[in-house]
Amino acid sequence: MSRLAIIVTICVVVLFLGSWIFKALQAQDAGVDHYLLRGFLVTCSAFLTLAILSFLYKDNPIYKFAEHLYVGISAGYWMSQGFWSTIVGNLIPRLSQSLSGFFKQPYNAGEWMGGFFYTNWVFYVPVIFGVLLLMRLSSKYGWISRWALAFIVGTTAGLQFIRYMRSDFIEQISSTFVPLLVDWQGIGHFFSNLSLSATGQLVAMVSNWIIFLGVLCGLIYFFFSKEHTGLFGKASRFGIWILMVTFGASFGYTVMGRVSLLVGRITFLFRDWLGITS
Amino acid sequence: MKRQIPLVLVLIFGLFMVIQYFIPHESSEWIYEYLLDWITIIGVFALVLGIWSLFKVNYDKISQRKPDRGYSLVLLISLFATMFFGFFAKVDGSWGLHFSTADGLQSYMYRHAYEYIIRPIQSTIFSLLAFFIASAAYRAFRARNVLASLLLAAALIVMLRFNPYLGPLGDYISEAANWLLNVPNLAAKRAIVIGIGLGMVATALKVILGIERSYMGKG
Repeated sequence: MSRLAIIVTICVVVLFLGSWIFKALQAQDAGVDHYLLRGFLVTCSAFLTLAILSFLYKDNPIYKFAEHLYVGISAGYWMSQGFWSTIVGNLIPRLSQSLSGFFKQPYNAGEWMGGFFYTNWVFYVPVIFGVLLLMRLSSKYGWISRWALAFIVGTTAGLQFIRYMRSDFIEQISSTFVPLLVDWQGIGHFFSNLSLSATGQLVAMVSNWIIFLGVLCGLIYFFFSKEHTGLFGKASRFGIWILMVTFGASFGYTVMGRVSLLVGRITFLFRDWLGITS
Repeated sequence: MKRQIPLVLVLIFGLFMVIQYFIPHESSEWIYEYLLDWITIIGVFALVLGIWSLFKVNYDKISQRKPDRGYSLVLLISLFATMFFGFFAKVDGSWGLHFSTADGLQSYMYRHAYEYIIRPIQSTIFSLLAFFIASAAYRAFRARNVLASLLLAAALIVMLRFNPYLGPLGDYISEAANWLLNVPNLAAKRAIVIGIGLGMVATALKVILGIERSYMGKG
């Protein structure tokens, strides 16, 4: 370990301890329960925010520490969440009355269908598939895990087939067929106040034309089985214009979203941690 | 056994999920709901597999004394500590397997791991993109031709939308931004979404019919 690394580590530890004590004292004054822990957590949160921001300088050990901590805690968090919400919340109450009692969950008694089929029996199937999936850990019988994987892949493929066909294809096409010519009753207030949101048929009609032609020309731009020349080429050209406007708008929207997240973190550092702003 | 049974399973369950949509009957919906429950339950077993894999990769790094083994140690300690506080909590003075009740999550540490560690790191990582995106925009945003100018103008209008210092001009920009998002943006996104939809339908069909088999891996 170099001398610089040792000095940086000592500085970070001293600052952390100082902040912990300061925030704990603040929490104690405010009458917070577990004030020592609260001070520790707020300090932790601030230091982790700074550790991630340190990546702007370059990849460094403090960033790597925060990154590995995040992966470990997230994995543990979602494992516990999955166990309690799915296994304890959904599976055990249908399989065992005694285990439901142990986990303080209400037992789901199920029902007999047609006098010969008990509905809760079906919940043994995912357990069997789950165990088959764990066979992946065996080098000799790992191939059995494909059965469970095949179930997930098949079910998801069937589900997505319908979902995408309906929402991304049929509904999008049907929503594109908007009225292009309307029973004209005036242009509204567009020219008087230059408002794009003005209620009037001019803005609505122009918007409908742009939507209809935009979708059509956008699709033509992505159609590569015919050469983009002549009228087809002009349509494709209009398609790319509309696409560029979309990319610009999406870019602006994403930037604003990220900036608002950054503002949130800066606010946390200056208000909740340092207490400089109110 | 190794390749035929998975193909048959994919075909049966895939076709069922497609066909059940066209059978608006109680039994069909009943099976559909149970199949979705099954996927969630099997997903938890997949999580166990993922955790094991994470543990093994990092344990191997530590045992083989690789250069970055310190980070692997941090990862494993944080993983097991979170799992411990996720499974056990101190309720009425004694430790036990407790999680949530009508009062919410039992474990103080587990509850705060999300609020004070996962959420700050996650939002800071995402906010880092603001810097990189600004740097990329500085280099890429040049009004060299009509297309680049359209991109630049649309981005500027949308970014200026929430600016409180523009006065009355702000209202016009806000309306223009909303129009951009609701009309041309919608049109192009719809064209893209139709393409994605067709691609997804074709891929799902290839999987169900056994033409696409990459999910089985080799062997």
